[in-house]
Amino acid sequence: MDSIKTLIQVKNVCKSYRRGDLIIPVLGNLSFEIAEGEFLALMGPSGSGKSTLLNLIAGIDKPSSGSIIIDNVDITTLSETELADWRAANVGFIFQFYNLIPVLTAFENVELPLLLTTLSKKERHEHVNLALGVVNLTDRMDHYPGQLSGGQQQRVAIARAFVTDPTILVADEPTGDLDRVSADDVLGLMVRLNSELGKTIIMVTHDPRAAKKARIIKQLEKGSFNAACEADI
Amino acid sequence: MLLAKLIFKNAFRSKLRSTLTILGISLAIIAFGFLRTVVEAWYAGVEASSASRLVTRNSISLIFPLPISYKEKIRQIEGVSSVSYGNWFGGIYIDEKNFFANFAIEPKSYLDLYPEYIVSDEHKRAFLKDRKGAVAGQNIVERFGWKIGDNITLRGTIYPGNWEFVLTGIYKGRDKTTDESQFFFHWDYLNEIVKKTVPNRADQAGFYLVGVKDPNLAVVISERIDRTFKNSLAETLTETERSFQLSFIYMTEAILMVIQIVSLIVIIIILAVVANTMAMSVRERLAEFAVFKTLGFSGGYILLMIFGESLIITSIGGIIGIICTFPAADAFASAMSNYFPVFIITKETIYLNIAVSFLIGIISAVFPAVRALRLQIAENLMKVR
Amino acid sequence: MGIFFLYSLRNLFKRRLTTILTALGMALVVFVFASILMLSEGLRQTLVDTGTYDNVVIVRKGAVSEVQSGIERHQASIIETQPEVAIGSDGKQQYAKELVVLINLPKRDTDKPSNVVIRGIEEHSLPLRPQVKIVEGRMPKPGSSEIVAGVNIAQRFKGAGIGENLNFALRSWKVVGIFDAGKTGFSSEIWADVEQLMSAFRRPVYSSVIFKLRDSSEFQRFKSRIETDPRLTVEAKREVRYYADQSETMAKFLRILGMSLTVIFSLGAIIGAMITMYAAVANRIGEIGTLRSLGFQRRDILLAFLLESLLISFIGGCTGLFLASFLQFFTVSTMNFQTFSELAFSFNLTFEIIYLSIFFSILMGFLGGVLPALRASRMQIVDSLRAG
Repeated sequence: MDSIKTLIQVKNVCKSYRRGDLIIPVLGNLSFEIAEGEFLALMGPSGSGKSTLLNLIAGIDKPSSGSIIIDNVDITTLSETELADWRAANVGFIFQFYNLIPVLTAFENVELPLLLTTLSKKERHEHVNLALGVVNLTDRMDHYPGQLSGGQQQRVAIARAFVTDPTILVADEPTGDLDRVSADDVLGLMVRLNSELGKTIIMVTHDPRAAKKARIIKQLEKGSFNAACEADI
Repeated sequence: MLLAKLIFKNAFRSKLRSTLTILGISLAIIAFGFLRTVVEAWYAGVEASSASRLVTRNSISLIFPLPISYKEKIRQIEGVSSVSYGNWFGGIYIDEKNFFANFAIEPKSYLDLYPEYIVSDEHKRAFLKDRKGAVAGQNIVERFGWKIGDNITLRGTIYPGNWEFVLTGIYKGRDKTTDESQFFFHWDYLNEIVKKTVPNRADQAGFYLVGVKDPNLAVVISERIDRTFKNSLAETLTETERSFQLSFIYMTEAILMVIQIVSLIVIIIILAVVANTMAMSVRERLAEFAVFKTLGFSGGYILLMIFGESLIITSIGGIIGIICTFPAADAFASAMSNYFPVFIITKETIYLNIAVSFLIGIISAVFPAVRALRLQIAENLMKVR
Repeated sequence: MGIFFLYSLRNLFKRRLTTILTALGMALVVFVFASILMLSEGLRQTLVDTGTYDNVVIVRKGAVSEVQSGIERHQASIIETQPEVAIGSDGKQQYAKELVVLINLPKRDTDKPSNVVIRGIEEHSLPLRPQVKIVEGRMPKPGSSEIVAGVNIAQRFKGAGIGENLNFALRSWKVVGIFDAGKTGFSSEIWADVEQLMSAFRRPVYSSVIFKLRDSSEFQRFKSRIETDPRLTVEAKREVRYYADQSETMAKFLRILGMSLTVIFSLGAIIGAMITMYAAVANRIGEIGTLRSLGFQRRDILLAFLLESLLISFIGGCTGLFLASFLQFFTVSTMNFQTFSELAFSFNLTFEIIYLSIFFSILMGFLGGVLPALRASRMQIVDSLRAG
């Protein structure tokens, strides 16, 4: 087995939002690390900033200060354009409401992130078929999201998330909208992705049962503003 | 009133969309009002014409003259109260662009036949006294900055050469529809010079203007006049002034029809835009309508809401459009003053604009309203954003 | 990218009603735009192409058209002797003295009268106008009361068909032939022997003189000399210029009216497109956030929405153009404002008009879609995901 290396480093990250004249702090001077191959669940009450933290790690938001280094790349220094390219290659997203493109078939939805690579059409199709096979939806590949159940849609979303073989998988309340059976299905898939394919997964969840499937649980609370942030005007 | 408040707030829910829709409607109303005004301007001559004046001209066509000797013969016909005559001069003032109608007329009888051209007694006297005098309408006097006493030269096209006149009078139109851009001078002055230069064209009138005692007998008297000159060297065609003006319009009928078709198209375009907006607005709020239904609001209430919203938008758009039509018409009028001496927005046009806005507001709301009424509550409650 | 295109296309299809309504608005605007251009082009072709470059028309100085003009017999003889007049293969001068008057004739369908041009012609009048071809019957015999009618007149006016009789100037005139001059103004004229007309109308003067230049470059020299000759009070123009000047007023009118309408309408269509596209963006905020998180650039989002707008306008534009092309079956018959004579012209569709119309529709699509597309691309990812 390889030595466990740190994949993600969150260093002194602060994040606040501006609402008119008010500055609302959400994350205060957060620092921690995530190892490669980890399956981390982020929990905490509403407003604790867990989704915000997830967004920062996934590169869809920028911290007010501090740095986030993923696989030796400090993503806080990347420009908007570079960040988009970085996301395409390194991040797989799983959303609470699946966020599939309604006018594209399941197949095309999974193919979508591959359009940002340099793979040929044939290669792309191979990858998609593989991914759909893993999530067990090959027979539904030509269906539109409107024709799939919630659980099936989330499985398509998962296929889309790992089809590019990203560095990290990020999930925001992946089972939030699912019934018990589908939720278990989805979580089972995620566990397999982590244990069999070694994918690093960071999951934000309310659901304690979902959290149990992860290997590490971290709690975020408002009181985790341990050091003062540089005031940002 | 809750209903009014709801309607108003919902209509402006998406400020951007509502603003754009209102803008679109205003534009369409401007176009519609504008086109109608163009059509009306075309008919301006007809509107201003009188049923108690007849026009007698050579039956071959307008370009052939009639002998001046016809005047006496026409005057003696039963039912005729007065006779005047004139020639279309077609002179150019400096540049062809400055077009206005100019006529050589028998001064006293002509002005008497046109009470709608108001000339002060002082000007009238000065005009009658001076052979080279001319009377011009307020419109062109202002356009060219003329003053009484100015020398005005017209370049003749039908009667070649440069013709000099002195402005001795200005006329104002009695009605809004009166053409204030005409120019009149003495027929005798024209004839005098023509006799010396092209004698075979002298003593000829382009047309006769006949006043009748009883307008109801206009047709009968016209026939009498024409019968008098039948089989002579210059047969006549007499018709009411209105008829005469209309004949010009018939000749350009095709263009008028094109303009009217385009007006219709404008309405369809607005309808498409507004209907689109209403359809979108309602579709987005299907869940809300479901909630209203669950709360017990009747279908009628919902109908009122939707129609109300649609009407508010179209009304505001219509009002803005009507207001903006005026400056637009002014701009057009100055660019096209050659063609349309009278270019005004009539009350009818404004009423029609209001009616059109209203109608479009109603029609656009029909489909979305029906959809909102028919929706199944349960199915739509789920469609929460 | 195939999916890119499919994405835009399918989104349009999903909101069918909205797409159709917006495209309809565009179609109508392009229809009006194309029709105006086609009408102007038709007018231009009729009047401008009436006339040959090497022919010279001489009218009295100051006369705006032949109808107002008068050239005395002795003046006409002087012009006839000018060296610049070409000599034809028959050994004679390619020269004709003509009389042009307007007469009032009732139309066949409406019975309402309209002014028609009657041209008194001589032997060389027809050869001087190669666009004019006898399609039925023959030319009138000189010295007779026979006439030939242009196709437009024969069709539209009572008694102007072949074998029929027209009555004017106290005489009956028999139509012995029909001529076709294509889209030019001659198709709306009636021709008869000039001396016969002059005596019937008791007009002892000609209206104009027309001849062919023996050498086209000599025109300017001829013009300066003839216009300064003290014995004459005339003006010389190349035939093409003469007819172009006659359409000036009408062309200007159509242009102003047409362009005002187009401007107003196109603004309306652009607004329609904006409304639709803003709504489309608002509807798919969540989707935009998803696409951006997947790694698509702002630019990609911008292009996708812009593409939708351009597609709508392109479809609308093609539809409008298609509908406008049917106008080619119609002929507009009206009175020329300048000459008071009957003029028939049609809608002419040229390649240039097609390009312009399509370009115009795409431009409208761009202007309508650019702002909403920019808004879509500028959204913050987190906000879009939250709102969606």
